[in-house]
Amino acid sequence: MAYVRFENISFAYGDNQVLKNFSLSLEKNEIMCLVGPSGCGKTTLVRCLLGLNRPSEGEIWVGDTCMFSSKRRINVPAERRGIGIVFQDYAVWPHLTVKENIAYPMRKRKVPKQEIDRRVEDVLRLVRMSEYINHLPSQLSGGQQQRVAIARALMTSDDLIVMDEPITNLDAKLREQMLYEIRELQRNVGTTVFYITHDQRAALQLGDRIAIMDPKGDLIQLGSDEDIILRPKTRFVFEFIGVTNFLNLKRVDGQHKLDLGSTLAPWPGEVPQELRGGAVIDVGIRPNDIVFDSSSPVRGTVERAVFLGSEYEYFVRAGEKTLRIQQGSLDAGQSGIVREGSEVGLKFLNPYYYPAAREEAV
Amino acid sequence: MINLRGKTKDLAAVDGRRRIGLDAVMTALSFVLLLVIVVTPISMIIYHAFFYQGQFSLDLLIDQFTRETTLSAMWNTIKIALLVTVFGTIVGVFYAWLLGRSNIPGKSLMRFLFTIPYMFPPFLGAMAWDLLLNGRSGYLNRWAIKTFGLSSAPFNINSIWGIVFVELSYYFPFVFMQVVSALERMDPTLEESARIAGARQGTVIRKITLPLVTPAISSGALLILISSLAHFGVPAILGFSQGIFTLPTRIYAVIARSGGSFDGIRQGAALSILLVAVVAIALWIQQRVIRSGGYDIIKGKSMRPTVINLRGARIPLFILALSTLVVIVLVPLVMIFLVALVKAYGLPLIPANFTLANYERIFTASGTIESIKNSMILSVSAGFITMILGTLVAYVVQKIRPKGSTLLEVMSVLPYSIPGTVLAIGVILAWSGSLGINLYNTLWIILVAYIARYLSFSMKTSSAALLQVHPSLEEAARTCGASHTESLKDITLPLIRPAMVSGFFLIFLPAMREVTTSVLLYGPYTRTLGVQIYSLRDAGMMPQASALGSVAIVLIVVVNTIVNALNQRRKGV
Repeated sequence: MAYVRFENISFAYGDNQVLKNFSLSLEKNEIMCLVGPSGCGKTTLVRCLLGLNRPSEGEIWVGDTCMFSSKRRINVPAERRGIGIVFQDYAVWPHLTVKENIAYPMRKRKVPKQEIDRRVEDVLRLVRMSEYINHLPSQLSGGQQQRVAIARALMTSDDLIVMDEPITNLDAKLREQMLYEIRELQRNVGTTVFYITHDQRAALQLGDRIAIMDPKGDLIQLGSDEDIILRPKTRFVFEFIGVTNFLNLKRVDGQHKLDLGSTLAPWPGEVPQELRGGAVIDVGIRPNDIVFDSSSPVRGTVERAVFLGSEYEYFVRAGEKTLRIQQGSLDAGQSGIVREGSEVGLKFLNPYYYPAAREEAV
Repeated sequence: MINLRGKTKDLAAVDGRRRIGLDAVMTALSFVLLLVIVVTPISMIIYHAFFYQGQFSLDLLIDQFTRETTLSAMWNTIKIALLVTVFGTIVGVFYAWLLGRSNIPGKSLMRFLFTIPYMFPPFLGAMAWDLLLNGRSGYLNRWAIKTFGLSSAPFNINSIWGIVFVELSYYFPFVFMQVVSALERMDPTLEESARIAGARQGTVIRKITLPLVTPAISSGALLILISSLAHFGVPAILGFSQGIFTLPTRIYAVIARSGGSFDGIRQGAALSILLVAVVAIALWIQQRVIRSGGYDIIKGKSMRPTVINLRGARIPLFILALSTLVVIVLVPLVMIFLVALVKAYGLPLIPANFTLANYERIFTASGTIESIKNSMILSVSAGFITMILGTLVAYVVQKIRPKGSTLLEVMSVLPYSIPGTVLAIGVILAWSGSLGINLYNTLWIILVAYIARYLSFSMKTSSAALLQVHPSLEEAARTCGASHTESLKDITLPLIRPAMVSGFFLIFLPAMREVTTSVLLYGPYTRTLGVQIYSLRDAGMMPQASALGSVAIVLIVVVNTIVNALNQRRKGV
């Protein structure tokens, strides 16, 4: 039985239907990352879980407790759900010291003072903030305030913590570090973490499983990082997860050809059975899945070559399309760096076939 | 480890059948209180102006509006207000620029001194100038007649121009303070780039600086206009003896002459409609001007603006600024304190004629002690109650945002746009028995008027503070196990407490020196400090009125100093 369950949750702000029959389950002790573009309803879902928003339909379970049920008219108030939360803006109370902030959930539960002191010290050690115990939040940096927020969430609950874009306000280097620390923390404490972000890279780095929402608020794919990267279910997931090139295949005389705008080039790849009937098919290729191959019939001209340290990035013009191609520095060193202006042949590995976007929209 | 969820087996029973939440209670309470405190008096005025014995009738309004006295009072009100606005704006802008942007000596001290008139009660200033420049008995006039052998007094403060002069000296800080802060926050590169582009100093001031601070100037000017239209104290003290009336003083005179009879109050209500109409036009202009918007280039951050070298004009301008200060601040103060010491009004102001008997008399007269006590009770309780009510309304408007929250906001700021005289009449009509509650001749009726009058002050300061409190702070407390009430008590209230305290003093100080509403509402045992000074003076006891006036000034200065010290300390943390 899954640990946290959203069952057919619907929620609307006035006429704006944010979530419709949304279901998702979290296993105990996993880090589940919920990824989706801004405004897709991630935060709304979290607020429903916390009891800050009231869904119009559905049920929410944590363990064997029903937190919300529209049918059975259950809606446990926020203060009795006992779920730890780390907000994007930290929400560390500016008028209380670090200790008072962290002790607050315990105080509300009338835990004896000595027990509170002991646990505050423990959790501060865990987030490596022991020496700041009597500081005010205004004396702390953003990253330190974030650690206080995490410590406070751990005090609220040591088995379920929700993090809503917790690292967005930090700078890039600190973001990496905090991701690592959250991972370590979860390993040490064994908490279930529900991590919300619009940053697919953070999700891939952190999550045991990743759930992807589309802009309409529907759950599109749920799986491990490998599933998401290697087997993207829809064009949206494929595009969302990284840089992509999209090309059209056009069916001419029963054969699919690569449409480069001005010319058609032969397409060597195998089009999946279910798409063969389509007059136009979209094909997505990652920049590092295009390789230079002088024997390939697809020709292009290198317009720009950029050296990024670990890799080279090329912008190659083929017909009327510009393709983005990445080549590891090691490969580039072995096969020779391609100069700007030179003509190249292009070979496509791992193409992903999707129904044409135009047809999808209809 | 502690698990909150495990402990509560009856969780399923907690929700569902929603109890009445705290939010709903606060919303309902705000609406009810504002209806009682604000809407009732205002509706009573409108009702009594248009209805007589339950019948709709325009007779009263037509009768009042066609009287010669009404028309002349209206004309005086508008004339005085426009003159005060024009000259007050000129003086305010000039000194704002001089003290904000030039290299005149002693800038920061002078800047403080120029804001003194802001806290000084204008009717005491009027009293001081009357003592000095009264057409018949003013000290300066008599001295001039004697010294130069003049046949008549050279100055007469009991005139339109006298009223304009005194109001001007207390209202120009509205423009001064707005413009000084705008000049300070203006991005200096805007002016520097004009200079670099080849513009002369004078051109920069005309083409760049002035247009940029125009929003600040016009908002200050409109504040002067609206305040002056509704002003009671100065024209009451300077105009009555010469038969110069403005609408607020005419309303007072009508009611005073009728001895507080219902008929007199009805006539006052009719005149109030006219006064409100005049103020409403000014407010309408203000709204239009504010909506037309300011410029973004005035940043919130303070920067170091370019300072203009006055060169040869530095010392003459310094002397000019100093003499202005002497005239508007020092002269009235000295007058009040000297006359407070003199044995009898009219005796030369020399040490031989000085005595402390006036102070002895006012401190032994029960009426005076009573009035200080009344003002204290009223100011403290109005400050406290209004602070709480204003915060409640601000919370509902900013955080709960129920349907009709705009209406709530309008209701809470409405009384401040209504002249104090008008509000007083509404309060009389509402709370002297006609609705079943009679507070007439008690402190309660004054308290209710004060709460309505000053509600917008605390509502605005608390609103601004609540906007700073991000909703996630309260939500974080909820998820930590705090109920809604606890999250308010533990998180929100401590965070807005400083704003609430300054809201209290924003009400306490003006309430302490208030005269406009209390002069219409006081009873035999409920004189306020302002009313007592006013009536002592009315009875011709100038030295005693001055003595009590000086006590009021000392009280105001002491409280102000404490407030400033508190503010300083808070900023230090």
